[in-house]
Amino acid sequence: MTKSDLIEAVAANMPEHWTKKDVESAVNTIFGAMKHALVSGDRIEIRGLGSFRVKERRPRIGRNPKTGARVDIPARKVPHFTVGKHLKARVEAT
Amino acid sequence: MATMTKADIVEQVYDNLDGFSKKESADIVEMVFESIKETLETGEKIKISGFGNFVVRQKKERTGRNPQTGEEIRIAPRKVLTFKPSQVLKNAINT
Repeated sequence: MTKSDLIEAVAANMPEHWTKKDVESAVNTIFGAMKHALVSGDRIEIRGLGSFRVKERRPRIGRNPKTGARVDIPARKVPHFTVGKHLKARVEAT
Repeated sequence: MATMTKADIVEQVYDNLDGFSKKESADIVEMVFESIKETLETGEKIKISGFGNFVVRQKKERTGRNPQTGEEIRIAPRKVLTFKPSQVLKNAINT
């Protein structure tokens, strides 16, 4: 399901005065807000879904697997999602 | 470090939408996350461009070990939900 499919699905379930444009704007605001929070280094906790946080990765020396050459990999941050207990159980059971 | 919750997201949706109440803003935020969960529960993935993909992955059965007792245990085949952040999000976090 893509973002536009999600917008369609949500629009179909909202009262009639919600236009697709309103739904699209809401969906974009939601993910924009979440992205902004992670960029600021904040955690996000969505009850029933899970939580997001930014993890720090230490610098390391990697290798180009083709040539064997050493490659310096600098310290970096990566977003990480932990699925909530309830959803985890529901997905596992399908 | 602050934690963003659904209430903070509702606040921003309310500020960005014209002509909808706080209650309606909360309703749509709830509906968006509900639709995402329902889709993932069927095993279908969710692709949000600019943010990332939520993917349900099938894990095979394997034999694990209780590290305390050394006892072998069978880990049943199961499905797990993973999040693969988009390159756009990864780059934004590192700049």
